[in-house]
Amino acid sequence: MAFESVCQLDDITPGTGVCALVAGQQVALFRPSSEAEVFAISNMDPFAQSNVLSRGLIVEHQDELWVASPLKKQRFNLTSGICMEDERFNIKAFKARVVDGRVEVASKNK
Amino acid sequence: MSKQKLVVIGNGMVGHRYIEDLVEKAEAGAFDITVFCEEPRLAYDRVHLSSYFSHHTADELSLVKEGFYDKHGINVLVGERAININRDSRIVYSSSGREVQYDKLILATGSYPFVPPIKGNDGKDCFVYRTIEDLKAIEANAKHSKTGVVVGGGLLGLEAAGALKALGLETHVVEFAPKLMAEQLDQAGGDQLRKKIERMGVQVHTSKNTLEIATKGEQARNTMVFADDTQLETDLVVFSAGIRPRDNLAKQMALDIAPRGGVAINDYCQTSDEHIYAIGECASWHNTFFGLVAPGYKMATVAVDHLLGLDSKFEGADMSAKLKLLGVKVGSIGDANGRTPGCKSFMYHNDEQDVYKRIIVSEDGKKLLGAVLVGDTSDYGDLLQLKLNEIDLPEHPDTLILPAHAGAEKPSLGADALPETAVICSCFDVTKGKIAQAVAAGHHTLADIKAETNAGTGCGGCLPLVTSVLNAELAKSGIEVKNDLCEHFAYSRQELFHLIRIEEIKTFDALLEKYGKGYGCEVCKPAVGSMLASAWGEHILKPELVKLHDTNDNFLGNIQKDGTYSVIPRMAGGEVTPQALKVLAEVAAEYNLYTKITGAQRIGLFGAQKDDLPAIWGKLIDAGYETGQAYAKALRMAKTCVGSTWCRYGVQDSVGLGVRIENRYKGIRTPHKMKFGVSGCTRECAEAQGKDLGIIATDAGWNMYVCGNGGMKPRHADLLASDLDEATLMQYIDRFMMFYIRTAAPLQRTSVWLENMEGGIDYLREVIMNDKLGINQQLETDVAKLVDEFQCEWTEAINDEQQLKRFSHFINSDLRDDNVVFVPAREQHRPANNKEKAAHQKGDILHVELEA
Repeated sequence: MAFESVCQLDDITPGTGVCALVAGQQVALFRPSSEAEVFAISNMDPFAQSNVLSRGLIVEHQDELWVASPLKKQRFNLTSGICMEDERFNIKAFKARVVDGRVEVASKNK
Repeated sequence: MSKQKLVVIGNGMVGHRYIEDLVEKAEAGAFDITVFCEEPRLAYDRVHLSSYFSHHTADELSLVKEGFYDKHGINVLVGERAININRDSRIVYSSSGREVQYDKLILATGSYPFVPPIKGNDGKDCFVYRTIEDLKAIEANAKHSKTGVVVGGGLLGLEAAGALKALGLETHVVEFAPKLMAEQLDQAGGDQLRKKIERMGVQVHTSKNTLEIATKGEQARNTMVFADDTQLETDLVVFSAGIRPRDNLAKQMALDIAPRGGVAINDYCQTSDEHIYAIGECASWHNTFFGLVAPGYKMATVAVDHLLGLDSKFEGADMSAKLKLLGVKVGSIGDANGRTPGCKSFMYHNDEQDVYKRIIVSEDGKKLLGAVLVGDTSDYGDLLQLKLNEIDLPEHPDTLILPAHAGAEKPSLGADALPETAVICSCFDVTKGKIAQAVAAGHHTLADIKAETNAGTGCGGCLPLVTSVLNAELAKSGIEVKNDLCEHFAYSRQELFHLIRIEEIKTFDALLEKYGKGYGCEVCKPAVGSMLASAWGEHILKPELVKLHDTNDNFLGNIQKDGTYSVIPRMAGGEVTPQALKVLAEVAAEYNLYTKITGAQRIGLFGAQKDDLPAIWGKLIDAGYETGQAYAKALRMAKTCVGSTWCRYGVQDSVGLGVRIENRYKGIRTPHKMKFGVSGCTRECAEAQGKDLGIIATDAGWNMYVCGNGGMKPRHADLLASDLDEATLMQYIDRFMMFYIRTAAPLQRTSVWLENMEGGIDYLREVIMNDKLGINQQLETDVAKLVDEFQCEWTEAINDEQQLKRFSHFINSDLRDDNVVFVPAREQHRPANNKEKAAHQKGDILHVELEA
């Protein structure tokens, strides 16, 4: 699996997300805390078909982390891409890791 | 079966209630209904008639929901009077020559004001106090009058005196009896009331028998001559010396009339003709007629039930009343004068606070017979329930009326003590049982209960009791009354705000660690972010706060469906210079922004991509603009009419005030967005009464309205205070804003906040005007601090390199979002829909099916 280096971990304010261009795809990257842990899912909100998910709030429900879409608040699981409200709207999730202070994302989905 | 023909004569409060009740209970289309409404307008709230002077609109008083009669196919003949009835052929003849056939006839003709037979009582300066037309005539006459006298010191007379005083007249009350409100109060209560209203500048003359009103005088246009040889000069006279049933139509058709007037009715409200009912003040039951609205409503219900074959009876009515006359609270229950043989009284008298309370109990001390309350009616609800439900009194009945500092603990009348049949809301005849049913049916908030049962939507006096019944029922059915913010915080927003303030908590993480659990969610994160901003004025873009805010606050724009943002600069009060407008137009053209006037009547530029926002705002700020916070849960704008500076009708400078209040409160984070309105005169062109805060100019200052809403669920704002000077107004707004910030639930608009507030507008008024909670100083200090600390968020953002980094679309590329696509629309453009976009789409195409 090919990992692509996209940015410094410090480029992402703890508790927020950014959008990265990975092999032509828009990927939403999230850093839930000051720890060196990141998650990657598709940036597209499948309800509105707009590239906005990186701008959503990171939230916790059922002991898992999700992002709430900034448009209509539907939640997507940061690990699996599953949509809590409606599984017909699940999105892709990507492998992501931190290596030597740099964030890397796998260009193929999990 | 063909439709039954029903004719209702009279469209007052009771006549209208009859029809409301009938259409609710009867099958649709079972009746063919004709209503005669003699007055030029449909039923209105006569009980609150004097509020016409503060609101100046008849619509405000209307009881008829728009389109109600049309919707139910009811034929209302406004301005048409029934003049004769043929009982044999069952035909009503009207003033326009119309003939209407009936199967059943309902008389709801009401009453007329009694004018004592005094010489000169029909002069051009003499009025009665009954209809909106009467009020208009009084208002017109008051314009060229200095003094006014009300003849009659009863309930209505004092109401009229309040109206005269509000019109700026030197006001007198002349009463034949030796005390005020002889029907409802004992001598000591009447004296206490007199003392208090005299101190407010209304002069009271008791034991006065008026002989003549002569149309001459030295200081005024008329002179009243009394039997004790004294005189009183006055410009206008209002008679409010009681009412008499309007039974002339019934007399004319030879129905039985009660000895003291009124159409005689049986327990089913039928007159001596079984096809004719009489309800309300025109009817007499057991030789008694009832001059209050609640018994009239009860009769309306009974008459409807009888028509539909349902079982109910009129069994007399409780004449207890709680009112506010000239600002003085007065309550009267049952045998207020202690006329029951062997009864005993307990009294509490406090001259310092002008409070008088007396309860009258049975000989054995077990049951309450009556009560008089002047100056403090907070015990009214409990006392009334004790009386109506014949509940056993505590061992020491005086503890019921003693103040808390007297030491004895006040026995609280728990909702559980009440029987199911106890009437909680007497305006709408709602029993405890009915509220319990509504709770069982899933209505679990005060607002829901009000909407479902109407309880508490009349005078509102029963709201505390409705709340305690609601909570008791919820507890009984095992439903915990929970106001937890969310799964991460087992506290309400109000409690958290308190903790944040008291413990000076400045970050979400600190609050979560101490009072919460887990990570946080879309409810608590923005709510806490907003509270931190309201409590400490913390800048919204501080790095440790960024993770709490919705995208709108993070990128200082309102996100649109395609991920672009709107740009809306502040134009305080709606003012903008031509020069600034030109820059706005140039920026819009340069960045290809769709431009329109927004719902809040500001100029919005739409379709800005995130990475263009700093440059766009840089240019706007250079031209003197600042952020309009259209993205924030904060004050959006103050809508103003043109006001006295230009408008030929304006009486105050509404734009000037609008600019000042918008600038004062801008930027303060509130539980939800807020909109203000300021109108320069009573024509109300700024529609201020549909705003969270509405201010309307009067000749004497400003009227302050609160908690209106024009959005999803429109709500007419409530008048909080009248004729304020600007300094007092600002003080009240400070308190209102901060009290809302401190106590509302997350994302709760002021309208819903007030609907759910125990005690409603009266309570809010107590807090804001009388410092009931003793926190006003603090509220003002908090607001002053936030006002001082205001900074334009966009100015700060564009001067901060760190912040600017966040505005690019990709963290690792300078490319933009190629999914933002526009198509032409009406000489501008709009976001492309999915079908239109498909041609442009590349990259990550999703496998989900979407509606076109």
